[in-house]
Amino acid sequence: MKTQRFTDNSLFRFLMVILVPLAIILLVHFKAGNYYESILILFFINLILAASLNLTNGITGIFSLGQAGFMALGAYIGSILTLSESTKDTMVSKMPQWLKQFQLPFWAALIVAACVTMIIAGIIGFAILRAKGHYLAVITLGMVIVIKSVLDNASSLTNGSRGISGMTKYSTLPVVIITALISLFILYRFRTSAYGRSMIALREDEDAAASLGINHRTIRLMSFMISAFFAAVGGCLWAHLQRTIAPSLFYFDETFTILEMSVLGGMASLSGAIPGAAVLTFLPQLLANFSTGFTIFGIHVPQINGLTNIVTSVLFIIMIIFRKEGITGSSEYLVGTLFSSSTYTGLFRKQTYLDFAHAFTRKNRSEKNKGEPQ
Amino acid sequence: MGFFVAQLISAIKLGSIYALVAIGYSIVYSIMGMINFAHGELLMIATFALWSLLNAGLSFGLAVILSILITVLFGVLIERVAYRPIRKAGESTQIITSLAVSIFLEAVCQAIFNSSSKALIIPEFFSRTFKIYGATVSVIDVVTFASTVILTIVVVLILQKTRIGKAMRAVSDNPEASDLVGIDKNKVITVAFIIGSVLAAFAGILYSGKYTSFSNDMGFMLGVKAFIAAVLGGLGSLTGAVAGGYIMAVLEVFFSGYLPQGTASFQTTFTFLVLILVLLVRPNGLFGSNNWKRS
Repeated sequence: MKTQRFTDNSLFRFLMVILVPLAIILLVHFKAGNYYESILILFFINLILAASLNLTNGITGIFSLGQAGFMALGAYIGSILTLSESTKDTMVSKMPQWLKQFQLPFWAALIVAACVTMIIAGIIGFAILRAKGHYLAVITLGMVIVIKSVLDNASSLTNGSRGISGMTKYSTLPVVIITALISLFILYRFRTSAYGRSMIALREDEDAAASLGINHRTIRLMSFMISAFFAAVGGCLWAHLQRTIAPSLFYFDETFTILEMSVLGGMASLSGAIPGAAVLTFLPQLLANFSTGFTIFGIHVPQINGLTNIVTSVLFIIMIIFRKEGITGSSEYLVGTLFSSSTYTGLFRKQTYLDFAHAFTRKNRSEKNKGEPQ
Repeated sequence: MGFFVAQLISAIKLGSIYALVAIGYSIVYSIMGMINFAHGELLMIATFALWSLLNAGLSFGLAVILSILITVLFGVLIERVAYRPIRKAGESTQIITSLAVSIFLEAVCQAIFNSSSKALIIPEFFSRTFKIYGATVSVIDVVTFASTVILTIVVVLILQKTRIGKAMRAVSDNPEASDLVGIDKNKVITVAFIIGSVLAAFAGILYSGKYTSFSNDMGFMLGVKAFIAAVLGGLGSLTGAVAGGYIMAVLEVFFSGYLPQGTASFQTTFTFLVLILVLLVRPNGLFGSNNWKRS
């Protein structure tokens, strides 16, 4: 009999990656309060953002720090498109008349916002993707500064630094889950396609990739644009969750939060976005309970300003020292399980159940293999 | 005329600060091949150290010297603790690490001093003003410009005339060959960080002395701008760093002064646009060499 790892068993995969999370989601949706549901919504939005950054930073190897800028564009374009004429009239009275009257349903606005952002990213990327490494990191950071400055000052469109508010809360749990799944699916298919493999080849060795006929400029630009597309999707969903946006929300802090998610989870894989987003969505909420001071082992710790920042940056540094590749590394176990047909077809085979039962009867073997995925 | 001179003076004082920070970036980059994103945080450390020391009742001169020493200590410490272990790691690891250090320092600073903006009280002498061609200049502007000139000359002298300066140039020219001839890389890098920290400390103190208010996020933005100035001039070239700093400041100040009404607030956008255009034509910066591997 072929030796098979227990973690590769379809039933196990199905249970751990699909059923258990689904159960948690349903439980939160029906039993827990609004607060928990909005955290879960935020998690799925962060998941899209982190996955979009993984495509450029981890998979293609172009280190961009500009994700918050694209997120801002998505949020602003999406919000302007979904707001009703009267709201826009009172809030941004100087907006051109045709834009005021232009209103789209949420899904259409989401796609339009993402596409427009992608085109903008294409123009920006055309100019800046000549730079590499450290250079690109700083130039994309400069891009975030520019986008914020434009949003701050183009007040006839964006209401300046006061921002826009009054969006309808379209980002409900089902909406964000469906969007996150579609986004992950597209990104995953893209990663496993020839283009995705070209990206990995470019990351590993640019000269070798070029000698195989991979056009590095096109592939880089493509990766940058697709990443911007999903960043905009995330931004648009975010705007319709928070229902109020301002340029200062999409600045260095947001860029770093997305980067931390991506790095903690594992930049080189899309799966990394899942644990990364989970840690950085739930941890700050957890820490919020302690931010006013707490008592540990009888010692009272006074209020610490910016506790979340300290904890996440320490976590970040520890991660770089001990596990540079992030939680998942380059393994696509999580996303691969979600989207590969073998997970589902395996459920209809008797052997799967036999193996699953077998693993429990011969405990020592399964225990040994449990820890290591892949 | 008065307006033009006023603009020019304000560009010169801003440019001096950019130049000081940019030299620090440039030196560290040319020797280690990495960008120290936490460099901007050194400005913050210097300012907060000075503020605390002044609050503790020290005299101004002593406080300035001590805060420069504290900044140098931090600069060297950052290199030892965070950058030495990852010296041979890939570019993205280096970027992430230095960003993490930057976020960490800022967060700790926020935890200790909270995030409200503070006022730095400098001796009355520095805020005295006089007029040149109808434009008002204060003493600290002159001090800023003078210290930039003096520090730049000192750095050039160190690099050109001293033994360690020679070693630094050797490492930046060819790291492998300098290893072969027995140059102690750790020492060279430490000296680079000391020089960078001193310059950053001066920049931080002069900046917050000029604008009098500061907060824990002052360093990062300044750092990014100064770094872009260094890239514009050509990383690794001292002339480039200084020129880049002044060009950046001139663009920023003159855009905000001379753009037509309604578009003046877009100065940052225009400045960055010009910079990107320059980099499109000369990817290695204005004074960068063309045979440079990391373009």
